[in-house]
Amino acid sequence: MSKLTFARAINAGLRKSLENDPKVVLMGEDIGSLGGVFRVTDGLQKDFGVHRVIDSPLAESGIIGTAVGLAYRGYRPVCEIQFDGFIYPAFDQIVSQVAKMHYRTQGRVKMPITIRVPFGGGIGSPEHHSESPEAYFTHTSGLRVVAVSNPQDAYTMIQQAIASDDPVLYFEPKRRYHDKGDVDESIDLANALPLDKAAVVNSGSDVTLVAYGPLVKTAKDAAMAAADEGISVEVVDLRSLAPVDYPVVEASVRKTGRLVITHEAGQSGGLGAEIAASITERCFNYLEAAPVRITGFDVPYPYSKLEMHHLPDLDRILDGVDRALGRPNSLSGLEG
Amino acid sequence: MLTDQAGKGARNDAPSRELSAQNSLRTGGDLLQLVSPDGERISHPEFDVWVKDVGDEQLCALYEDMTVIRRIDAEATALQRQGELALWPPLLGQEAAQIGSSRSLRDDDFVFPSYRESGVAYIRGAHLSEIARVWRGNASYGWDPLRINLATPQIIIGSQSLHATGYAMGVQLDGANTAVLAYFGDGATSEGDVNEAMVFAASYQAPVVFFCQNNHWAISEPVRIQSHVQLADRPTGFGIPSMRVDGNDVLAVMAATRVALDRARKGGGPTFIEAVTYRMGPHTTADDPTRYRDPIELEDWAAKDPILRLRKLLEAKGLLTDDVEAQVKAKADAVAAELRSSCIGMADPQPLDVFNHVYSTPNSWIERQKDHYSRYLNSFNQPVEEGAL
Repeated sequence: MSKLTFARAINAGLRKSLENDPKVVLMGEDIGSLGGVFRVTDGLQKDFGVHRVIDSPLAESGIIGTAVGLAYRGYRPVCEIQFDGFIYPAFDQIVSQVAKMHYRTQGRVKMPITIRVPFGGGIGSPEHHSESPEAYFTHTSGLRVVAVSNPQDAYTMIQQAIASDDPVLYFEPKRRYHDKGDVDESIDLANALPLDKAAVVNSGSDVTLVAYGPLVKTAKDAAMAAADEGISVEVVDLRSLAPVDYPVVEASVRKTGRLVITHEAGQSGGLGAEIAASITERCFNYLEAAPVRITGFDVPYPYSKLEMHHLPDLDRILDGVDRALGRPNSLSGLEG
Repeated sequence: MLTDQAGKGARNDAPSRELSAQNSLRTGGDLLQLVSPDGERISHPEFDVWVKDVGDEQLCALYEDMTVIRRIDAEATALQRQGELALWPPLLGQEAAQIGSSRSLRDDDFVFPSYRESGVAYIRGAHLSEIARVWRGNASYGWDPLRINLATPQIIIGSQSLHATGYAMGVQLDGANTAVLAYFGDGATSEGDVNEAMVFAASYQAPVVFFCQNNHWAISEPVRIQSHVQLADRPTGFGIPSMRVDGNDVLAVMAATRVALDRARKGGGPTFIEAVTYRMGPHTTADDPTRYRDPIELEDWAAKDPILRLRKLLEAKGLLTDDVEAQVKAKADAVAAELRSSCIGMADPQPLDVFNHVYSTPNSWIERQKDHYSRYLNSFNQPVEEGAL
């Protein structure tokens, strides 16, 4: 067991994949001698060479499009999109090619491509550097989408994503890159929790709180704060956003009868809406209250002096918990 | 996989080692032509050597290839008109561009086509039913790409140029001697992906050939809307050598493609070929070119017809005997009959096939929807109890 930052944990996972499979190649902007703008690929080009850790031209569609060709040739490309807001030039290649190739060829051509995306806000950046575009991709069939919340998962799940024969969007919470955590680097991938499984990271009995990526830590903090008030919050770390591991969420909601979902992305058409609808369909009779969504607003990601108002924080999540429990809350008195 | 096809022997590049020294060939803005529209063989000091192995027999084989794919095209168009195909993108007029290029490829080369390269698919060894079924709506793919080293038809314009470049980067990583060829049209040169592909290909000196069939029309838009300069002038800015070739001259296309493939194999990096041709038919069977195209233009190009041109050459050489004519016709008819029967006899997919192969690993969302839809379909088979309604 070693203590690693989030970024180092991903780096260690990438290194392991590069060591274990000669078909793994890394591509992206500034990932070589610089080690990426977040240093996630630090030292990898030095150790594995310019042919396996490739500094790409500054063209996101080009990165993903050439990755498709490499996958055709039998490679397992791992592409870094430098920031969430820079993924859109690659959107067509991801949605029209990466996601559909397996279906189009009825399984003859596999697309074992991992697309790493630092996502989310909280780092005081200018426009396009703090977005949460995951719902575009969870809505796209043919892709797997995961969001990691802690260094151990970051280490394990990057390797699982690379080993997956299906394409995986791997969302990294950039504001947690420097958080440290215990990482068991000897973990056996075959025995690790599979890539498409959710995890209960805090047991509770009064409310189910679903989070992923950067907000898992916030959700756990909220659960601790709620415990001080005698409220027992069960926190589910989704880990996989497509598909969502509904059995885990369902089991929790059947126990608690109340559901709060939180994400940084805007509310309308977001993942929270999908989860609220699905859980309502699957266990309506167990629900004691309407599902509550605590999310970013339906606004462009705001300039950084305002981002603390946009991002769900501990207090807003607790306000949502109060709503789910029917306790006095900021919307008390409003219809609904 | 190509052994049962005509054109054998003229297919592979034959250049010997001494030619590699000459392989800095490019045409600049000049149009490379080895056979005039009147069927006259035009000698060229540099390019002749690249087709010197194409003798009488091979010329006849190329004529057969071109005639056969024109027949495939006509039959498929008829099948669409008869409701047997949902749509068909005709290749009429582009036979020399498709045959001259595809007959220059080796089996281990990999090709990324657009959606109009049905002639290329036939030459690469796709079964006729495989060519038909995508356009019939029976499958989203035709052939197994890894069986005949030909990707599935690409409908997003220009997308495949990046796939070809990435594949070529993989070839480099493998240290292989394979070349990669991407087909796209004049419209695609406006797409970001084609331009990004040229950046990647040039930066990594990837062994890829960009084969642009300039057929003058992107649905209703003439090529002048796509480019203010000749298409062959554009790659120069990326540092990619280019050739402008008469795309209706099968010999010239073959020479240029061989030059480009040879360069790719020898580590010389990418090449761009503009094959100047003409889409004599509609964009697809759903299109009506009379709304936007001057019929005189079509007449002009009909006079430059690629098959007619080769016919004239063969006639002048005394090669177009009754036997050859009969043999070519018999082959074309047989291929057309097989296309028709395999198309009409094709089994429809099953309802639950809609869920298959979305992922290569089990997926809980898809499995649940498949289960629910299966139950729904089965509900039609359940007897309805008296009074239940």
